Amino acid sequence: MLIIDCPYCGKRDEAEFHYGGEAHIVRPENPSELSDEAWAEYLFMRSNTKGRFLERWVHSEGCRRWFNMARNTANNEVEAVYLMGETPPKEVSK
Amino acid sequence: MKRYSIFSLVRNAVSHHKDWPKAWRSPDPKAEYDVVIVGGGGHGLATAYYLAKNHGITNVAVIEKGWLGGGNTGRNTTIIRSNYLWDESAHLYEHSLKLYEGLSQELNYNIMLSQRGVLNLAHNQHDLRELSRRISANRLNGIDSEFLTPADIKNMVPLMDVSPEARYPVMGASLQKRGGVARHDAVAWGYARAADDRGVDIIQQCEVTGILREGGAVTGVETTRGTIKAKKVALAVAGHTSMLAQMADVRLPITSHPLQAMVSEPVKPALDCVVMSNAVHGYISQSDRGEMVMGAGIDTMTGYTQRGALPVVEELQRAIVCLFPSFSRLRLMRQWGGIVDTCPDASPIVSKTPVGGLYVNGGWGTGGFKATPGSGWVYAHTIARDEAHELNAPFALERFTTGALIDEHGAAAVAH
Ligand SMILES: Cc1cc2nc3c(=O)[nH]c(=O)nc-3n(C[C@H](O)[C@H](O)[C@H](O)COP(=O)(O)OP(=O)(O)OC[C@H]3O[C@@H](n4cnc5c(N)ncnc54)[C@H](O)[C@@H]3O)c2cc1C
Ligand SMILES: [Zn+2]
Repeated sequence: MLIIDCPYCGKRDEAEFHYGGEAHIVRPENPSELSDEAWAEYLFMRSNTKGRFLERWVHSEGCRRWFNMARNTANNEVEAVYLMGETPPKEVSK
Repeated sequence: MKRYSIFSLVRNAVSHHKDWPKAWRSPDPKAEYDVVIVGGGGHGLATAYYLAKNHGITNVAVIEKGWLGGGNTGRNTTIIRSNYLWDESAHLYEHSLKLYEGLSQELNYNIMLSQRGVLNLAHNQHDLRELSRRISANRLNGIDSEFLTPADIKNMVPLMDVSPEARYPVMGASLQKRGGVARHDAVAWGYARAADDRGVDIIQQCEVTGILREGGAVTGVETTRGTIKAKKVALAVAGHTSMLAQMADVRLPITSHPLQAMVSEPVKPALDCVVMSNAVHGYISQSDRGEMVMGAGIDTMTGYTQRGALPVVEELQRAIVCLFPSFSRLRLMRQWGGIVDTCPDASPIVSKTPVGGLYVNGGWGTGGFKATPGSGWVYAHTIARDEAHELNAPFALERFTTGALIDEHGAAAVAH
């Protein structure tokens, strides 16, 4: 069971959260000008990293706010939690 | 290859079973192969077998970082069926089921196929409609599929609670009688033995750490046992598909998630078919040893821990105990996890890649055991001819660019 440190509520049980997938994927600025390949990249292609991974979570059974998290997908260690819109803290930015 | 038969069994009994020949060789890797298959699970081994048998390509190595079948093949709950919604999937999975039906004879290896019937339950109006649509689609594709009322279900599975007061009322089910289970290790071992017999080198305890390329085409692989040259490299590594593709700078629409299963203590025969429910996220069958084999949904977060999250265990047990109240007295004996590679449309990728001579077979997610023979068949064709077989052409990587997705979330949503 993961213990996740919500930046607004503190440490809570994994069951209170929902997963939001890879973080820092930017919605294309000019969708109408996008090629099919660029759409496929935005919609479907994912890094699926083994190791440190930057991802989004939402505290759905608590404050209902989104935040970012750095987690090691090989052993589930939570390495950092930071706010939406923020860049990853130095110790976890690749 | 020494054939297995009643006579060989008797002969070996006389010598106290001490003289059975090895089922396959364990050669050192050669310097070069025509085809290197990465991953010694069912899919990789079946591919090697059909490369040799259907296409006469025998200068082939299967390279496995652990032991044969030690990935998802040996961790899965072995449900086999072909009742998928769309024509593309129905054709592919049905081809596979037909191969399964003759596989023990074909490989001279008992894979213990037991066509005991697979039930998919409906718990609400939406489930009912979805199920009827799928049953009709299956029949149009020549796949056996029938509707059962709650009374039919009670008749077939007396221990299931189908009363209207049930926490998850059972409103009907689809039944595929030809569906069932098989012995997972035996599928891997049977293909390994038969491929080895045709000259394929099976190399275990050897991890691929890099994919060598020159001018946009593969030239071999880097491994923990040295460099191996190859004209073609074919990936069949399930949960690690993204990792291997990354070595050749190929981006994939795959995410890897833990998926777990568990078994109860063994009891006398009590359940003689497979029961699955998408809505409550659980499925169950009884093994030949008497254990209740139960599987759940995937962990929603991505991950490579072959373990699985605890809340999923709880959710699964809740579903099973509501469906089968008497099973609440059973004790759980073992729990384990595998890493499944899921695609956005819950369909696999069996395809060429932008890199010449590099092929990918992955994204089977929670349901690729049933596809093992068919997947090997079409993948071998794709590798040998450098062109997709008609059965896997719709499952090419390009579908994520063209938008021709094959959405099987209804037929594949719960793990199976
Ligand atoms: C708990 C669970 C239950 C399931 N239940 C069902 C079910 O009931 N029915 C069904 O149809 N499907 C089911 N599945 C899915 C099914 O198990 C898989 O889709 C299928 O077995 C995949 O086979 P494979 O040969 O592609 O992969 P695997 O058997 O995982 O083989 C891949 C192999 O590649 C090796 N490998 C990885 N990286 C490297 C490397 N760098 N170098 C060398 N080798 C490498 C791994 O060690 C592994 O042995 C289930 C899966 C799980 C985890
Ligand atoms: Zn919170």
